[in-house]
Amino acid sequence: MAVSFPTPRRLGYRLNWTGALAALVVLFWALTAIIGPWFMPHDPGEIVDFDFFGPITDQLWLGSDYLGRDMFSRILMGARYTVGISLAAVVLACASGVILGMTAAVSGGWFDTVLSRLFDALNSIPSKLFGLVMVAAVGSSIPVLILVLAVIYLPGAFRFARALAVNINTMDYVTVARARGERTPYLIMNEILPNMTGPVLADVGLRFVFIVLLLSGLSFLGLGVQPPYADWGSLVRENIGGLPFAAPAVIMPSLAIATLTISVNLLIDNLPTKIRDRSE
Amino acid sequence: MQNLVEIRDLRVKATTDAGNVLPIIKGVSFDIAPGEIVALIGESGSGKTTIALTLMGHTRKGCEITGGEILLSGQDVVRMTEAQRQAMRGTEVAYVPQSAAAAFNPALRLIDQVVEVAKIHGTMPMAEARAKAIDLFRALALPDPETIGNRYPHQVSGGQLQRLSAAMALIGGPKLVIFDEPTTALDVTTQIEVLRAFKSVMKERGMAGVYVSHDLAVVAQIADRIVVLKGGEVQEIGATAQILHHPAHPYTNELLSAFEPRTFARAADPVAANAQVPVLEVSHVFAGYGPLGADRLPHKLVLKDVGCRLEKGCNLGVIGESGSGKSTLARAIAGLLPPAKGKVLLNGELLEPASAQRSKEDLRRLQIVFQLADTALNPARSIGDILGRPLTFYHGLKGAARQARIAELLEMVRLPRTMMHRLPAELSGGQKQRVNLARALAANPEVILCDEITSALDTVVAAAVIDLLKELQRELDLSYVFISHDLSTVQAICDEVMVMNGGETVETLRARDLPDGARHPYSRLLFDSIPQLDTGWLDRIPARVA
Repeated sequence: MAVSFPTPRRLGYRLNWTGALAALVVLFWALTAIIGPWFMPHDPGEIVDFDFFGPITDQLWLGSDYLGRDMFSRILMGARYTVGISLAAVVLACASGVILGMTAAVSGGWFDTVLSRLFDALNSIPSKLFGLVMVAAVGSSIPVLILVLAVIYLPGAFRFARALAVNINTMDYVTVARARGERTPYLIMNEILPNMTGPVLADVGLRFVFIVLLLSGLSFLGLGVQPPYADWGSLVRENIGGLPFAAPAVIMPSLAIATLTISVNLLIDNLPTKIRDRSE
Repeated sequence: MQNLVEIRDLRVKATTDAGNVLPIIKGVSFDIAPGEIVALIGESGSGKTTIALTLMGHTRKGCEITGGEILLSGQDVVRMTEAQRQAMRGTEVAYVPQSAAAAFNPALRLIDQVVEVAKIHGTMPMAEARAKAIDLFRALALPDPETIGNRYPHQVSGGQLQRLSAAMALIGGPKLVIFDEPTTALDVTTQIEVLRAFKSVMKERGMAGVYVSHDLAVVAQIADRIVVLKGGEVQEIGATAQILHHPAHPYTNELLSAFEPRTFARAADPVAANAQVPVLEVSHVFAGYGPLGADRLPHKLVLKDVGCRLEKGCNLGVIGESGSGKSTLARAIAGLLPPAKGKVLLNGELLEPASAQRSKEDLRRLQIVFQLADTALNPARSIGDILGRPLTFYHGLKGAARQARIAELLEMVRLPRTMMHRLPAELSGGQKQRVNLARALAANPEVILCDEITSALDTVVAAAVIDLLKELQRELDLSYVFISHDLSTVQAICDEVMVMNGGETVETLRARDLPDGARHPYSRLLFDSIPQLDTGWLDRIPARVA
């Protein structure tokens, strides 16, 4: 059971059904993040319901939150923060982590030692505390949040990529390229990276989930996205009181986080073999 | 007399990752009498190991026995339940794997692993099993049989480990022992000791054996009968002497002829005719690993004062056992392991020690080809990309000119040009080695360092690669440094042969004087240890005084 999507380069990148479904969900949330705010029926900060933790009605499609605000609008608005900030942070963290990791593995010597010890030191600081101090010191804004999240998750990506690259670095084809006189940028981008795309992508998926969770944590402490706006994580936190009433206000953002994070991982795990691991 | 094993019309099919079902074994039948050693011989992919494994009722992942029967002492292995097979393995049939190093658990003492079979099957008390293991150690001519079992796998040599894995197989007193290329990974001098131990212990205990190998000369020493396989079908079955001296099947003939030493004969003698500057000269090179000591030499010195000369258009063979430093010499010449002392001259010009400091032009003129094409070709890049990179890198070729040159290179190594769109994993071993060679040719080099490039190939394929090298040499005016542990391949292509041992040059000989012209005792021992296509060879040569 597999579906093929016509791709420009070659017809026949085959994606299985799980992957296709996950891709649709991810695409849906990405679109929501971009165009969602134009479809908000209410202002996300405006109190529109006299009741709190209201049920689903035709006015309020996903009920109301603890202050009687429209949940549907708030989730649409939150998508932009959660998807946007997490995506930007994960791309930043993984791209720089992987490139530094590969460079460290290929060059070795003092460069490797200095970088590894530096990131070890960074790793030893608890991530929440580090985020807290940084945001408190600089002030919360979206670029600061992205940067802080990226810095927190960079050492992990570095370690992971370095461990993989060290193994690939000993292969004969890397030695051949070295004997040919190739420089480090060619070695890492053409000889090493193509042979570790699979594990690196899996790592990106996992790290994305961690970042979503840390972002919600920061928002809960009042250091993330500032009220009245909120990312999905803070929506869950602020409506946690609705749990005994089975309020949609707490279920819906949880579902949003769950669908996004699970889909991202399912998508990566089910990417066409041609992308994920060409050597197989 | 009833046969111990009767295989009738055995069929095995494999399912590939893409879901295709391929027949691997296509109706094989043969018998093994009690106490007889039968060899299965063939190239890789001929199904020899698959057949050997089915004798234990085992198939590799993705394979399945689809037909036929295997009677072992009258019981059909194919129709047994898994529990019955487990009870049978180790006591009725035992297995000696190719790589003993991978078969032993590095964290446990040897004796505990050897007696494990007796422990699992509960056939004898532990004390008795240990006594029996020590008997076996003695029978297999292991040093210190009383105490060797208390060592760990890394504390014994490769040949000893292979004999210990035989002890592990023999402890349960099986009726049939399967040897799966047990000496392929060993040096020739070690191989003799192991073969001799196997032969005497099998004869003494009257056990039947199946010996899987691709090496006819090894098989000739140990087997009573030979089954020649190709593509999952039996080509010929016969007594060892008959197969060797009166082969009936053309394929057997082909295998035998690939084995005959073909000395490289040139019309003129270029070594004598050449008085000019050698294309490659290595003098007094010291190289090794680890930090530099007080004498400015590395902690673990591998090459000790090695020197050699390669005249233009000539080939130099470097021969030695594992650990002799022959591959390190190639790495030192290529600058991958910068020599601590000594000089490498290319056309009389001094080369920088490290490849990173050499000019692109120097790098281009000296190319290196590695042994394992599997790891020497980037699995994620297409053949076209692999061959195209040196073209762009050294010659700045782009676009159509680059494509045309890639096609030309593929043609040079006798591969179809459509291959440029394939990935390395889609090629056979011989094809990969050709691509590996084509990549070196792409640079238009003057010297190619060939590091054991035919060792991982089947004899027939290796012979074709050697022929290709000779042709290319005529066309392109190349010089080769040919590193190998196999004398016959070196003899087939080289003008001069340098024998190495323990990181030092033992002696340098003319290829046509080999092997009888060797004077140094080590070279004599090395050349005498190479198995001959002769059933009595093993019994004739004197035991090595250890």
